[in-house]
Amino acid sequence: MDQEQLRTALLAIIKTLAPETDTAQIVGSLPLRKQIDLDSMDWLNVLAAIHEGLGVDIPETDYGHLATLDSLVAYLAGRLAKG
Amino acid sequence: MSTHSSGDSPVKAPGLPADQVWAEAAQALGYAGAGAFNMAALVVDRHVAAGRGEHVAFRFIGESGERREITYRQLAAESDRFGNALKALGVAKGDSVFLLCGRRCELYVAVLGALKIGAVVAPLFPAFGPEPVRNRVAQAGGKVLVTTRSAYPRKAQPIRAELPTLQHVVLIDDLDAGPLAETLDWAALMAAASTAPALVPTTADDPALLHFTSGTTGTPKGALHVHGALLMHDATARRALDLRPGDVFWCTADPGWVTGMSYGILAPLSVGVTSLIDEAEFDALRWVSLLENEGVQVWYTAPTALRMLMKAGPGLFAGRRFPALRFIASVGEPLNAEAVIWGRQTFGLSIRDTWWQTETGGIMITNAAAEAPKPGAMGRPVPGVAAHVVRRVAGEPPEVIETPDTVGELALETGWPSMFRAYLGQPERYRQCFAGNLYLSGDLVRRDADGDYWFVGRSDDVIKSAGHLIGPFEVERVLMAHPGVAEAGVIGKPDPVAGETIKAFVMLKRDVAPSEALRAELLAHARKRLGPAVAPREIAFAETLPHTRSGKIMRRLLKARELGLPEGDNSALE
Repeated sequence: MDQEQLRTALLAIIKTLAPETDTAQIVGSLPLRKQIDLDSMDWLNVLAAIHEGLGVDIPETDYGHLATLDSLVAYLAGRLAKG
Repeated sequence: MSTHSSGDSPVKAPGLPADQVWAEAAQALGYAGAGAFNMAALVVDRHVAAGRGEHVAFRFIGESGERREITYRQLAAESDRFGNALKALGVAKGDSVFLLCGRRCELYVAVLGALKIGAVVAPLFPAFGPEPVRNRVAQAGGKVLVTTRSAYPRKAQPIRAELPTLQHVVLIDDLDAGPLAETLDWAALMAAASTAPALVPTTADDPALLHFTSGTTGTPKGALHVHGALLMHDATARRALDLRPGDVFWCTADPGWVTGMSYGILAPLSVGVTSLIDEAEFDALRWVSLLENEGVQVWYTAPTALRMLMKAGPGLFAGRRFPALRFIASVGEPLNAEAVIWGRQTFGLSIRDTWWQTETGGIMITNAAAEAPKPGAMGRPVPGVAAHVVRRVAGEPPEVIETPDTVGELALETGWPSMFRAYLGQPERYRQCFAGNLYLSGDLVRRDADGDYWFVGRSDDVIKSAGHLIGPFEVERVLMAHPGVAEAGVIGKPDPVAGETIKAFVMLKRDVAPSEALRAELLAHARKRLGPAVAPREIAFAETLPHTRSGKIMRRLLKARELGLPEGDNSALE
């Protein structure tokens, strides 16, 4: 899965959990949770959906890499590349 | 009604009589028991006058880890400026000032500045959507709203036309995006404000804080607290949280809820500690690093956060040490025994539960610092507070239950300083909270033979999610405003992390067919109006909803069905 497909998959997850989100408005380089209304429980559900949908289990110690959509995509691409 | 002298009760009487406890608390604040009393002046100006002005009051940790500190002297000066800015806008004693803002420095300055001029401070949770904001500002006739440049277009602008009392909106420019029409800029307002002392004379009985809380039915209730509540905040900070002057303290609650106000702002300032404020949302790694690196000595947090840390696994704590950490307490929902045991293994400390409510304004029941807590128990009343287990009897005073381990409603003898003084504009609902000299909490408890209280449940349908009370009706009303919905019933569904999450059962109008697209549309509808903290996480379509004969939705039955429990006595069903 390339980065563009990953981005599309992530936006689909966000759209499912927070369907009010206008995903076209999300700026990839800015903190995600400043742009859309996701609380801590939503965020846990996003991570659970990533685990289920993409097969990547993100340990809590890596949460620091996930602040923006760009960094999240890059992180997942790196994890998937390692297998 | 039976008498409530504590000598007749099997509860161990608190060490000191209530009068003496509150007299000592007054003395600690230099209050003679009558005359001027202003909580903001007492928590900041008092320290400056006593030569402690250079001590750091708040240490803010920004989202990228940047640190910003503000001393008591700076806080005193900035709050004077904001108080004067409000006066210049025509805000007078008794007017309400609403706050809808993350945990940034301006929020704390705004709270104290508004309190100094006798305005009533009404904090809102930043995750609220426009509908909870509209409802609360309208109920109180709010005159000023302080919010951020990023929040305003989503949460306040859409409903502003419906709020005729709201004269001014002050925006903190968190986006560096420049001014917006029909709003005032925080920085410009502060720059133009007088630096003179802003204090307007108030007494201990003047209204100071308005905290909204939820009931089963009707609109949210605005619980009004007075300046004198500070006596409770100060006394319990010392006795129940073991706070000592100069400590580094971290209360993780947001000031949009009562904990973040009473114990995130007022109590720690009153004691003279340095409070750590994390501006970011929960993040397990970040929290553990803050605890370790910032030298936190006393930590006041919530079971949901503790469970999220437990879930992260022991690897998160490997190699870390917390030599400064001395005391951990928890609030918001019952602390499960596993969390207490996990705390001992992880920190070498017993996490202590504290029980209280928006209405009580301060900690009422806790596991005292001097004793090892029983895992899973709430503990005992703090000095100055007397509690009872009671059973309501229709048309008669409640019956006091003395037999140990018998479930009843938790009741508190009235008279503690931070007791709420009104539900704004709803005197009948306020009156219903009391019977004689007892405040009836709505929480079901039992008391064991040692006098320790154990939480059992709520006596109503209020949902407790991540430690916050959510009224099912507030959610149902928004769902029913959708054109496809005939009726909705909302329950709390047990959740291992949040305690409960919100689930909605929706009955559609006759000509509307259920579909995944409609489910997403309803979820979007609810989240957009209520915000993520109050909106349902799950929506199920139902063919019918159970009602009582009088037409009320039987949420209890919906919940029993959801959990696969026996449905109980259905004789009141249609």
